[in-house]
Amino acid sequence: MKHILKILTFLVAITAIWISLLQTAMIPQSYTWLLPLYLIITLGCYGLLMVGVGLMQFPTCPQEAVLLQQDVIEAKEFLKHKGVDVGPD
Amino acid sequence: MSQQRNSNLYSIIVPTYNERLNIALIVYLVFKHIPDINFEIIIVDDGSPDGTQDIVKQLQKVYGDDRILLRPRPKKLGLGTAYIHGLKHASGNFVIIMDADLSHHPKYLPQFIKKQMETGASIVTGTRYVTGGGVHGWTLMRKLTSRGANVLAHTLLWPGVSDLTGSFRLYKKSVLEDIISSCVSKGYVFQMEMIVRASRKGYHIEEVPITFVDRVYGSSKLGGSEIVEYLKGLVYLLVTT
Repeated sequence: MKHILKILTFLVAITAIWISLLQTAMIPQSYTWLLPLYLIITLGCYGLLMVGVGLMQFPTCPQEAVLLQQDVIEAKEFLKHKGVDVGPD
Repeated sequence: MSQQRNSNLYSIIVPTYNERLNIALIVYLVFKHIPDINFEIIIVDDGSPDGTQDIVKQLQKVYGDDRILLRPRPKKLGLGTAYIHGLKHASGNFVIIMDADLSHHPKYLPQFIKKQMETGASIVTGTRYVTGGGVHGWTLMRKLTSRGANVLAHTLLWPGVSDLTGSFRLYKKSVLEDIISSCVSKGYVFQMEMIVRASRKGYHIEEVPITFVDRVYGSSKLGGSEIVEYLKGLVYLLVTT
């Protein structure tokens, strides 16, 4: 249960800070009420950004398919020679 | 550079179902890429109707039945239990798990072994998502789903590894036995559960970039039900690890 406790502690801490901000009114209250919303939106945007960046940088390896086909041919030849049934060409 | 004699024994567990051609290719490639390593290949076949076990017996004639162990089961019983079954017959002090469909290429085995020896890690896991790694054969939609799933999992779980669902891994045998006993999930959530639990327990985990060529015939489906299973798995892991 430890990981979820870490997250809950973090959420409780943030909520405490938010409530204290509301009480002390250092920041105008109308603004403070919206802070959680801003936080969620920022989090969402950050998540989307990470997905987008990751998608653009997604590592691909087309040459590996070619190498694999070569390996398959090499393996089939050896195994056929040794009497293993590797099917029709 | 002097070649130190590696006196470890590596048990390579390969669960199979209808892989009569691929298993032969994999066995050939394993012997090709780690000729100087002590290893055994444990093939856990779940009663394949396509004759996979006959091919394995032919391979045993070529390579020896002390190097290739056939430990079948009567029917499809799931991946987690396949590993547990394979573990029972493993004599090595290290266990490597890999898929039988050639998406995991044996050419990375030397790198896994080397990484473990250099760092003393308890687990070395292959990652497709870093530089040097990669995936071939995925549509844009598939990549998007994968990336989205990864970001979500990292945000929720802080797992400490870049590829959570990968199943090309090297474990110290004692570590695998320890973790597998506490895992209950199925399918690829099982792979996630293994690595997250290992991370939580403080095991030293290292990563090796690997390339992953998705099977050319009948590429792995990722439909709505898989996504739901994944989300359920994430919540389960969030709450119980």
